[in-house]
Amino acid sequence: MARHKINVTVNGDARQAEVESRLLLVHFLRENLRLTGTHIGCDTTHCGACTVLLDGVPVKSCTVLAVQADGREVTTVEGLEKDGKLHPVQEGFTQEHGLQCGYCTPGMMMTSCALLASNPNPTEAEIRRAISGNLCRCTGYVNIVKSVQHAAASARAR
Amino acid sequence: MIPAAFDYHSPGTLAEAIELLGRYGEDAKVLSGGQSLLPLLKLRLGSAGHLVDIGRVPGLEYIREEGGYLKIGGRTRESAIEASELVRRKYPILADTAAVIADPLVRNLATVGGNLAHGDPANDHPATMLALRAEVVATGPKGQRTIPIDGFFTGLFSTALSPGEILTEIRIPVPPARSGGAYVKLERKVGDFATAAAAAQVTLGGGGQIERAGLGLTNAGPTPIRAQAAEQFLKGKKADASAIAEASRLAAQAASPSPDRRGAVEYKKEMARVLTARALARAVARAQGAQ
Repeated sequence: MARHKINVTVNGDARQAEVESRLLLVHFLRENLRLTGTHIGCDTTHCGACTVLLDGVPVKSCTVLAVQADGREVTTVEGLEKDGKLHPVQEGFTQEHGLQCGYCTPGMMMTSCALLASNPNPTEAEIRRAISGNLCRCTGYVNIVKSVQHAAASARAR
Repeated sequence: MIPAAFDYHSPGTLAEAIELLGRYGEDAKVLSGGQSLLPLLKLRLGSAGHLVDIGRVPGLEYIREEGGYLKIGGRTRESAIEASELVRRKYPILADTAAVIADPLVRNLATVGGNLAHGDPANDHPATMLALRAEVVATGPKGQRTIPIDGFFTGLFSTALSPGEILTEIRIPVPPARSGGAYVKLERKVGDFATAAAAAQVTLGGGGQIERAGLGLTNAGPTPIRAQAAEQFLKGKKADASAIAEASRLAAQAASPSPDRRGAVEYKKEMARVLTARALARAVARAQGAQ
């Protein structure tokens, strides 16, 4: 089976690789690039643990082929921190304790970043709707919602 | 999970995509949003020697009114349907439908054309398109042809598309004045397929009677179901609670769901009745000017 040369900008860095057609984006990120912040949860397009931004749009990277990302930009949780400073969403999850086991957290934060980029002042209902494709089995979502609200407030204050 | 090996093609034009489908025939599958196809390949419930990704083919994502139709490009994302001002204002049944497909992350990639071409009776757009009397445009080696939605779903996971064709457009007749529609779905949780769901589209006459009704049911049989007896019954009836009750009873009779973890046959048929009544009531209210 053919292999494909791909060029993907990951967290701002141009990355080149030769990949098999069937390689999933999440495996490319974790295994080829060793960016293991993106988690594999259900592996069946349900849980959202593997959420990354593809050209700024949150998608489940277990359900995208690496070749489909050729020529595009991918942002993972590793790309959120800038110059040693946490992204407001990371700060929000820290301050409001928006996690317990942490497994869903990277995906939850990527979805939250995309929400705040398009809607800087979301209502609680809008936050809950936006994260409805990201499952958390620990928190009951209460602190996650607070974390996103914290991030929204601190981003507005900047 | 890793899919069985396949070859991947990324044509830059529609003509090239059709040429590739012609070359590989039954061994090729069209990759649109990939949100049904990739899970199937990963679970190895399906296989393909070649994936023809139409993701880079220009001109397949649009929502516009033209020549008496709402035209939706085959690769239009569900998230674009949800966000469309035109859809929200004039086709709220479509906005209802897109908003309950899978979850927001899936809807960022999932496409309307894929939702139909997959031929899954559990998908949500088919019932809505049946209620709206849509047409599907298929583009193949011999050019374009339009397929009325009533003849499109030929069996479980089967459609009237031939292996060399791509679903390039969906056409919905622009509804006359005093029309309204709604889609109502019962799901166990966000992202689940429907336990039952109903699509209703009505046009009212000047006296408030129902001139035309379209009713579709999701996950109620091996193909998406159009509730024809109920549609016929509604014709000319005053749009009141008793007409809606009788039409819903008739619609539920058209359902032949399978029992599974979502419920028993009796329960699903009863839910088809209840949801048809709710969809009809909302469709009538919208036809009368409600949001």
